[in-house]
Amino acid sequence: MEKDILLDQIDRVLSSRVSRRGFVQTAGALTALAGIESILPGYARPQTGSSAARPYALEPRMEGGTAVYDLDIAEHRIPIAGRSATAVTINGTVPGPLLHLYEGQDALLRVSNQLHEDTSIHWHGLILPPEMDGVPGVSFPGILPGQTFEYRIPLRQHGTYWYHSHSGLQEQVGHYGPLIIKPEGGYPYQFDREYTIVLSDWTFEDPYQVLQNLKKQGNYYNRQRLTLIDFFRQVGRIGLGPAFRDRLMWDQMRMDPTDVMDITGATYTYLMNGLAPAENWTGLFQPGERVLLHFINSGAASYFDVRIPGLPMTVVQVSGQYVQPVETDEFRIASAETYDVIIEPQDRPYTVFGESMDRSGYARGTLTPREGLTAPVPSLRKRPLLTMADMGMDHGVMGEGGSMSMDHGSMSMPAAPAAAAGVHDMMAMTPAVTQAAGTAPHDMSAMAAGAQTGDTAKYAIAGIVRTQGLRPPGTLPGMLEHEPDIHAPENAAVPMMVQSRMSHPGMGLGTDGWRVLAYTDLRALEPRQGFRAPDRELELHLTGNMERFMWSINGVPFKDAELIRFNYGERLRLTLVNDTMMNHPMHLHGMWLELENGQGELIPRVHTVNVQPAERLSMLIDVDAPGMWAFHCHILYHMEVGMFRVVEVLRPGEESIEPGATEGHD
Amino acid sequence: MTKSVLCSARGLIWFAASLCALMVGTSRSVEAQGLGLADLRHMMDWGNASLILFDQLEYAPTTDDRPISLDAIAWYGGARNRLWLRAEGEQLTATEGGEGEIQLSYGRLITPFFDALAGVRVDQTWGEKSATRAHLALGLAGLAPGRFEFSPSVFLSQDGDLSGRVEAEYQVLITQQLIAAPEVGVDVALQDVPEWGVGSGIGEAEAGLRLRYEFRREFAPYLGYSWSRRFGETARLAREHGESVTEGALVAGIRIWR
Repeated sequence: MEKDILLDQIDRVLSSRVSRRGFVQTAGALTALAGIESILPGYARPQTGSSAARPYALEPRMEGGTAVYDLDIAEHRIPIAGRSATAVTINGTVPGPLLHLYEGQDALLRVSNQLHEDTSIHWHGLILPPEMDGVPGVSFPGILPGQTFEYRIPLRQHGTYWYHSHSGLQEQVGHYGPLIIKPEGGYPYQFDREYTIVLSDWTFEDPYQVLQNLKKQGNYYNRQRLTLIDFFRQVGRIGLGPAFRDRLMWDQMRMDPTDVMDITGATYTYLMNGLAPAENWTGLFQPGERVLLHFINSGAASYFDVRIPGLPMTVVQVSGQYVQPVETDEFRIASAETYDVIIEPQDRPYTVFGESMDRSGYARGTLTPREGLTAPVPSLRKRPLLTMADMGMDHGVMGEGGSMSMDHGSMSMPAAPAAAAGVHDMMAMTPAVTQAAGTAPHDMSAMAAGAQTGDTAKYAIAGIVRTQGLRPPGTLPGMLEHEPDIHAPENAAVPMMVQSRMSHPGMGLGTDGWRVLAYTDLRALEPRQGFRAPDRELELHLTGNMERFMWSINGVPFKDAELIRFNYGERLRLTLVNDTMMNHPMHLHGMWLELENGQGELIPRVHTVNVQPAERLSMLIDVDAPGMWAFHCHILYHMEVGMFRVVEVLRPGEESIEPGATEGHD
Repeated sequence: MTKSVLCSARGLIWFAASLCALMVGTSRSVEAQGLGLADLRHMMDWGNASLILFDQLEYAPTTDDRPISLDAIAWYGGARNRLWLRAEGEQLTATEGGEGEIQLSYGRLITPFFDALAGVRVDQTWGEKSATRAHLALGLAGLAPGRFEFSPSVFLSQDGDLSGRVEAEYQVLITQQLIAAPEVGVDVALQDVPEWGVGSGIGEAEAGLRLRYEFRREFAPYLGYSWSRRFGETARLAREHGESVTEGALVAGIRIWR
């Protein structure tokens, strides 16, 4: 059945035009053409009028069954957003070339460093030997200037991935590119055409200067703070008293409800396949075609809310893993995530819109049946504000009393006095405001599931290891109170209660009258083989202090942290609690994260998971990869200042590289 | 006088050292052998940063003394441990006189929002009467609940006199760039120190409101009004010297940092 689909596709591909790079290697004449083009740096290539050739597809050279790529990392001046910029390029372009590989192949990737500093490539999402993972100091020493490193990777998976530097802040200055591994048995869905859409962020500032600015002033790039004018508007909406109390509450906590992103459109130009919104990346299609779009967020510190107005999208793959097709109108893509969607456009142009989570800017492109057409570009929505839910303060009564209406929307005014009665006084402070600010509703099903399956713990405790009373695999975690320790001073404050927020698509989403994807919508295509209960649970807390731009895990920055020990062969539940008021895309190298989203054995697998503020979520890990692996926040600047850990997977009898106490070892 | 010179020299040395350290801190050196885990721990870290902020650098043209005044803060160091320099002073343009103080402290982040500071403060007056004195200084600086900058300090002078000061400032964003900053400050003393014009009890209270426009984050000219009042023995000493007890002045200035 799948073979049929594949043959069908190849058939279609062979009778199509050059733009379908994905399959050109099957046609000799076209391969030659593609080959010539791909050795030229991007800026030197002839402009065909269409930017659909971005990112530039690069076919491997086959040497005795091994797919070989030569990748040159070098600094080049290239045009970005119409200005001349100095970028770290891969084979001359930003993003780097689109690498096409096949499942079952062995890949040899020769990476030459032509920079004056160390570099590296990490193959994001690939399951590979630890020494090929590309994290300097963890997997290997890095690639020194003038050196060439040969990555040898047996490809035993398929899907949409990407690659990027793991050295310093190089990823911010262009060192990233897409990577697609074709499935051995063909796709389980049909499409006529495919485009890779790499979303990213560019700054003309030196990224180290960006970091220095943030260290001096955490809100340096936030140009959407609440003003007196906002206050008067709020007074008009909800009255003087509630508006004043709301402002007072945030001031009391020394938190800023507009603190959504550290780095914003104030310095960022958001790119789609390396092109600024005005440059309008364009992809062509023929009406009636099914088009597969591979979305990759290569942004160093950006979240994009992706939609194609007028066109529903069917999500078929997340993190390179098939999911049961789910139709949506919008999805949030966290830094380092990938989403594959299929669309069926009509005979008209469409805008592909990637709006920054804080609404400070957008990446934009066009899909059109004919060259030169464009569709209206939506205006930016109002920037979202953090709410009580982001502090874990809007649901205390649920856990305690459970007598409240399950309709979250009605929870504002009438419910508040009850809440004030005993549980959380903060809540009573701003009953009306919670609603007025557009509270992110929690999903009751998530809570119900948590309640049913029962976490036996009472407190969310950083670093704790549990082996008893673990809830069934695949279920959502329950709601817990945060432990008294707030991890100060590395961490500014903790949520009162933490719980699953997976059924909510995220701040600022879900109130526009269209469908938005949530993690709970994701179901694996097939039941997970060997799906079983965890042996052990390890809980880690994501911590930070925005005033100082300090970011850490369990209140300890990487510099002072011990290794995290996973036991080889165990089935581990990794529970993450976000104690901060920002979203963090957490990425584990070397092993899949099975995201416990309430779908039981249809558990989706990811390499990167976004953890919302005040969220408690868990993942199951088959600890099957001995070696040292990085685990970190994929917001580049959070990682750089300490939101990073090294996980050590030891076989029985093996000696730790840093013997002594380790986090998460009982 | 020698003391003040010495202190200024120290300040300069500190300042120069900080700048050098800043330059070193921002240029990364990579070892030729590549990186090990220990190197990564060292590199993937908050590291060091520095700030030099002239919070107020202003002129009060309508008063008799027409002073140019300065209120500045600088720090260098990591996320938790920093070297702080605080300077305040005014130079009268109507006469040759002026006064200034400089405070050098070690600061450590003790709560998420507050640094504890310990160091020395040196006061200096010049012009008609010239005098110098030094203090030990202990204090806090940070963001208080209510989101206002709050810094209480206590000082023990070389003569054993104990005094204190509390300062608070709040930022009101009218727009993203137009910002009103009200501030208050109160000086208190335990002893009379007539040679420095200080009476015991509440000595002087200051309040100000400055409206700045941030062309860039780092560059904001402002207009404001600054008011001060002396109390009790301090007021009496001021009157004795022919100084006013209550002053109010329009100020024009600039707030810059890097």
